Amino acid sequence: MSFPILTAVTFLPLAGAVLIMLIQSLTAGRDEPGGNENRVLYAGLVFSLATFVLSIVMLFAFDTDTPGYQLVEEVDWFAGIKYRMGIDGMSLLLILLTTLLTPISLIASIGSVKHRLTEYVVCFLVLETFMIGVFCALDLVLFYVFFEAGLIPMFIIIGVWGGQHRIYASFKFFLYTLLGSLFMLAAVVYMYLTAGTSDIVALETFEFDPSAQTWLWLAFFASFAVKLPMWPVHTWLPDAHVQAPTAGSVLLAGILLKLGGYGFLRFSLPMFPDASLAFQPMVFVISVIAIVYASLVAWRQTDMKKLIAYSSVAHMGFVTLGIFSFTEIGIQGAIFQMISHGLISGALFLIVGVVYDRTHTREISAYGGLVERMPIYASLFMLFTMANVGLPGTSGFVGEILTMAGAFQASTWAAAVAALGVIFSAVYMLTLYRRTVFGPISNPTIASLQDANVKELICIVPLAVGTIVLGIMPNLVFNVTEGPSLRILRLISGGAGV
Amino acid sequence: MFESAISTMGPELLLAGAALLGVLIGAALGDRFNSLSFRFGALVLIGAGVLSITYWQGGTAFGGLATTSPFASFAKTVSYFSAAIALLMADGFLKRSNTHRYEYPLLVMLASLGIGVTLSANDFMTLYLGVETLSLSSYVLAAFHRDSARSAEAGLKYFVLGALASGILLYGISLVYGFAGSTRYEEIAAASPELGLLFGMVLIIVGLAFKVSAAPMHVWTPDVYEGSPSPVVAFFATAPKMASMVVFALIMFRAFPQAEAVQNWQVIIGIIAAASMLIGAIGALIQTNLKRLLGYSSIANMGYALVALAAGAEYGAAALLMFMTAYVIASLGLFGGVLCMHREGGMVENINELSGLVRRRPALTLALSVLIISVAGFPLAFGFLGKLFVFEAGLNAGLLPLIILLVISSVIGFGYYLRLIMIMWVNEPVEDFEPVDGWVTGTVYLTAMASVGLFIFVSPVSELANRAAASLLS
Repeated sequence: MSFPILTAVTFLPLAGAVLIMLIQSLTAGRDEPGGNENRVLYAGLVFSLATFVLSIVMLFAFDTDTPGYQLVEEVDWFAGIKYRMGIDGMSLLLILLTTLLTPISLIASIGSVKHRLTEYVVCFLVLETFMIGVFCALDLVLFYVFFEAGLIPMFIIIGVWGGQHRIYASFKFFLYTLLGSLFMLAAVVYMYLTAGTSDIVALETFEFDPSAQTWLWLAFFASFAVKLPMWPVHTWLPDAHVQAPTAGSVLLAGILLKLGGYGFLRFSLPMFPDASLAFQPMVFVISVIAIVYASLVAWRQTDMKKLIAYSSVAHMGFVTLGIFSFTEIGIQGAIFQMISHGLISGALFLIVGVVYDRTHTREISAYGGLVERMPIYASLFMLFTMANVGLPGTSGFVGEILTMAGAFQASTWAAAVAALGVIFSAVYMLTLYRRTVFGPISNPTIASLQDANVKELICIVPLAVGTIVLGIMPNLVFNVTEGPSLRILRLISGGAGV
Repeated sequence: MFESAISTMGPELLLAGAALLGVLIGAALGDRFNSLSFRFGALVLIGAGVLSITYWQGGTAFGGLATTSPFASFAKTVSYFSAAIALLMADGFLKRSNTHRYEYPLLVMLASLGIGVTLSANDFMTLYLGVETLSLSSYVLAAFHRDSARSAEAGLKYFVLGALASGILLYGISLVYGFAGSTRYEEIAAASPELGLLFGMVLIIVGLAFKVSAAPMHVWTPDVYEGSPSPVVAFFATAPKMASMVVFALIMFRAFPQAEAVQNWQVIIGIIAAASMLIGAIGALIQTNLKRLLGYSSIANMGYALVALAAGAEYGAAALLMFMTAYVIASLGLFGGVLCMHREGGMVENINELSGLVRRRPALTLALSVLIISVAGFPLAFGFLGKLFVFEAGLNAGLLPLIILLVISSVIGFGYYLRLIMIMWVNEPVEDFEPVDGWVTGTVYLTAMASVGLFIFVSPVSELANRAAASLLS
């Protein structure tokens, strides 16, 4: 039997968390006050970096020419349900994104998180395990377990280390997501009963009858739409983002939102092709509303994090538009957009975190003239502003143009209205940039700010490199996602007996 | 004949004999028996549990008055072991509250005897004997803290309402006897369906719903949970709940299996299940007393179990066993947590007393969180699989409205489970609890580990439950 690399990548962070917890509870009481409290953060960092290295090893073990699932591992669990792990190109990229963003968010926490560090690190590592597990799971029940379990660490991260209204935000986040997922659980059980298996690969080719498909599709939609989030169930996101600590926002925007898009591509499309086709107009309408409405709302925000949160809603609208265009470029574009948004929005939250750590306010009006004190910071901010707007040369451009091209083939009107969103994104992002970075320094605390330090640069620069590299060489991604995208399309046309 | 009696009711004979022996020893030794009696009782209960595993296949005895199936053996095993653990947890508590008397383990043994008799009943007369043995012992246990007005009140409330429910049950039995001409399950099953029989069945359901504390016969639960001494509640919430629910199922599946009757009781139990889920979930939201909160939570959980029951013998029996086992394991641990809440010579029960527990007792908090997650039916703990099986049973039987209600009430239920987690993990710490004896903390850790362990290695248990359920159909 070969080395179970997926299990190793998935559970290494968890093992690290358990180890850290054990060591901390054994050495408790021996801490002298004023000792180096950050060492537990460094320990967590070591484990997350080791996971990153291991995921690179996984990348080399991966063969891009095979379209199906690879590196499959299988152990019986109970009643025909298996512990079954395996990846394709799409999950590979999302796993890499996860293993990249987790160490970055831990580095970003050094110095800015000051209390209860052990629990903090443990929560992040546990969350990483569940997020990787979601992308590896090839069994519906196993997927659900990872999908749900991730809620608890995130709930604690927001609830313990969040802002002023963190309790409200964490409850809202949890209960919103849970309601959606429990409907999905009912659908999962129904599928298991009808098809007699919960194996994802077998379910892809199983033909559910059309009326059942409609209900199953809606149940999955309830879960993924909340997670993504789509209009009108997006309202938990701004609250969660604003209250979450910086590192929590990075993972929330970078990874957790992608679970929705991943779910559509992995389940809704291949397993319920008829229903997906039937619901295409509805999804298009909702996506277009999300793009336009969220962009307009973002424009009016006075809180920097809230603005970025609404911009996430708008960008996720492009993802659903691309997915439900049922074209190759649309789906490839949607996957690309998910990766790219993971990098860009993660970086934007880090950028907000940098000034928040210094001034302890996220109000846009409290800033102005940052460029005079923080030139390096301002240039990085500029880069990601432009990437979020979709400037050619950055990854944001590729994702938007492809999803819109895909949508254009499916519905001219939807694409045309969605294009408005691109204009709006320039409006709100540039407004944000102008009001915080340019102008005279009106706030005296700004005048004494230091530029981004090494720690902050270590966090942000890799994301900047990623954004530019993917913007210039998008084929790096497309080579990997081509197989899965074509496979999804084949499954759709095979299933929808037209 | 003797052999069949042993294989059918061996554990019960052991319990009855040991309880009587205990009375004799107690009479001879007086207070000197007090400290030994708890170990003695726990040992006997564990012995009864081992016997139920030994005689897993069961048999028929006493001229057909008693029958034990693997389905009943499963419930017996879980009940006896959980009663033993609840008894061991009571030891230290009763010492502190000056009620450390040998009558306590004897009453628990007698109550467990009642549990075994109801589970082995094949005749409504046997059933009633068991139900009354269990109930009468329980009334005394609820009032065991006799110097406390709250405990006495709980005992009295439990007695008055319980006696009423027993009366209704008995009335139902007499109607069934009148129309079917027998009190034997299989003969009632063979009787021609008549309106009177239906009436009797409904009254029996009402009586049983009281015993499992399902809405609208749930009103006693929060009061009794709050008033009774905590270790007594740890017992009430586990062994009798498991047994009553399985007995409920046994009666429905074996005495009323005709298609027409099934249709009728499916509707009734469905409505009871729906009401329990919603009332339990919403009621728990506003509680600040941890024991009351767990009382409402048990009402909601009984609602979930009733969904499995409503799904019928073919689909729901295994799910019922799995769900109840998960619930019993988690409840034992949670009441262990309640018993840990001891400060300055008294018990505290307000949920805010748990504030910031994670800073004082990280391991205990982690274990309690796992148990809460399990009882809430969230992944990574056994309770999730219990709920998964209930989902499966409900969908298989086509009970879609109940499943949707189950989803909704689960989400509501999460409101208070999360609040508990939030209080323990997020709030500012208050004064630490005084240390309690190892049985209590040990139970908390053990049940938490069992909840996670059985989540990962579930297949032996689910196999066992499936085979036990299959024995009902053959």
